[in-house]
Amino acid sequence: MVAPLIDIQDISFEYEETKALDHISMKVEEGDFLAILGPNGSGKSTLLKIMLGLIKPSKGKIELFGVDSKSFKNREWIGYVSQKSNSFNSGFPATVKEVVAGGLVKKTGLFHRMPKKTYEQVVEALEAVSMEAFIDRSISELSGGQQQRIFIARALIAKPKVLILDEPTVGIDHENVQAFYDMLARLNQDKNITMVLVTHDVDTVTDRITHVACLNQTIHFHGYKEQLHTMSDEKREAWYGHSVRKIHHIGGSHT
Amino acid sequence: MIEAIFSYEFLQNAFAAGLIIGVIAPLLGVFIVVRRLSLIADALSHVTLAGIAGSLYLSQSVASLALLNPLFLGIAASVGGSMLIERLRSLYKHYQELAIPIILSAGIGFGAIFISLAEGFSSDLFGYLFGSVSAVSREDLFIVMGVAIVVLVFVFIFFKELFVLSFDDEYARASGLPAKWIHFMFMIVTALVIAGSMRIVGILLVSSLMTIPVATAMRVTKSFKQTIFLSIAFGEISVITGLVSAFYLDLAPGGTIVVTSIFLLLLVLAYKKIMVSRKKGAIA
Ligand SMILES: Nc1ncnc2c1ncn2[C@@H]1O[C@H](COP(=O)(O)OP(=O)(O)OP(=O)(O)O)[C@@H](O)[C@H]1O
Ligand SMILES: [Mg+2]
Repeated sequence: MVAPLIDIQDISFEYEETKALDHISMKVEEGDFLAILGPNGSGKSTLLKIMLGLIKPSKGKIELFGVDSKSFKNREWIGYVSQKSNSFNSGFPATVKEVVAGGLVKKTGLFHRMPKKTYEQVVEALEAVSMEAFIDRSISELSGGQQQRIFIARALIAKPKVLILDEPTVGIDHENVQAFYDMLARLNQDKNITMVLVTHDVDTVTDRITHVACLNQTIHFHGYKEQLHTMSDEKREAWYGHSVRKIHHIGGSHT
Repeated sequence: MIEAIFSYEFLQNAFAAGLIIGVIAPLLGVFIVVRRLSLIADALSHVTLAGIAGSLYLSQSVASLALLNPLFLGIAASVGGSMLIERLRSLYKHYQELAIPIILSAGIGFGAIFISLAEGFSSDLFGYLFGSVSAVSREDLFIVMGVAIVVLVFVFIFFKELFVLSFDDEYARASGLPAKWIHFMFMIVTALVIAGSMRIVGILLVSSLMTIPVATAMRVTKSFKQTIFLSIAFGEISVITGLVSAFYLDLAPGGTIVVTSIFLLLLVLAYKKIMVSRKKGAIA
């Protein structure tokens, strides 16, 4: 049997006083298109950061591609688009081309210069997000939604096997959100890139995803989206509180 | 001037060191500015002052240290200061800028004590504070060359990593870059450049040679590589113009270099303004 790409084993995490994750276990298999859903502050971003090795869980362990994350070396297999790229340094003097090529940083090791065909790879990655016309523009002169697409291209350029996206469509207009999820679905089906997506656009993603995880400190549900309707009302209430109605119809349940 | 350079060794030293600093200070400065660490350069330069003053005091009071080049202790203090700053920044996670006034005033404090302890330091002091055309020795020049080699090798090897790290720290760590180590080495290299540039530009003005050419370049460039090349070009123009005028007008080179770079900045700002209003005129 092939090891799951991401195997989270009984993980807990707390920020100084706040408990964020409580005994989470979850597997992501190759080819999955997983949507992680949950209200604000339910620990979604925290869980992604643990998958990425940005923060260390206080309990439990995590295996990536069958290897303990502590000794996992192939980080370039895992692409990442952070929530509203707030970490990026706005006003930075760099072109779109330079930013996207930055996604190859781990692939081209120390001492290696960027390969000749970098330019073609940058163009290809930009085409995937329909931003190739902006290749020589300055990153700080783009709108928030355009920047977000550039960051997706930066994640794609290294040809990752898994793409981890934290609310990637924040700041992208309605029509482009549709196109964006179509693009993710294509990458998932044609290129077999496994997707782990945190989102609040439940209605839009339903048709494209294969799996759902309902998170609120603990996992309230994880499985095929078709099985979500088997989740009891009490469980839904515990997971999402009163705003639960909005997501009732995933998996073909009642409204 | 050219003749003078050939006939006076001190001028050769000052010019060679100046040309080298004109490259490495703005080169590192680009990373310092985009990472919003400009003030750290200031703090480190004051710590360097403490090291140099301490060294001068020691060379007076301990006979065996009489010939020690003060730059060595200056470099040591600067590197030590950079590590302390990192330590403080991680202690005060939400008030990272607090590290700067703490280290800066510690540097001035120790500097003031050593200066008052050492005798007859005041004539040298002026040179250390604002730079000097005549005080650069061969040994100083060799130290500057050594620093330059370290800086160039470091930037050459870690260019991509430094770029990604400066642009988006979280993304860099998610890609598995050893961000902590690279940052640590970056701070040490910064400390080296500050200590090395000090002989020419002076302690009070070192950080300006790292930041003003970059600020100027950033107004007119789009790409990161362009920003680097243009920053170095502005840095070199400032150093050469500054050194020549300092020599002929008998002024402190730190002053003339920095004033030249400010002048360049104003020129570029004016140029930019004219271009923008022209474009607007063309549209209207
Ligand atoms: N850096 C931090 N320091 C302290 N507490 C934090 C930090 N980041 C998040 N938290 C807390 O941890 C909990 C989980 O936060 P997290 O960012 O993972 O939520 P989320 O599900 O991504 O929310 P959102 O939908 O708003 O993005 C929240 O209670 C939050 O207040
Ligand atoms: Mg979040």
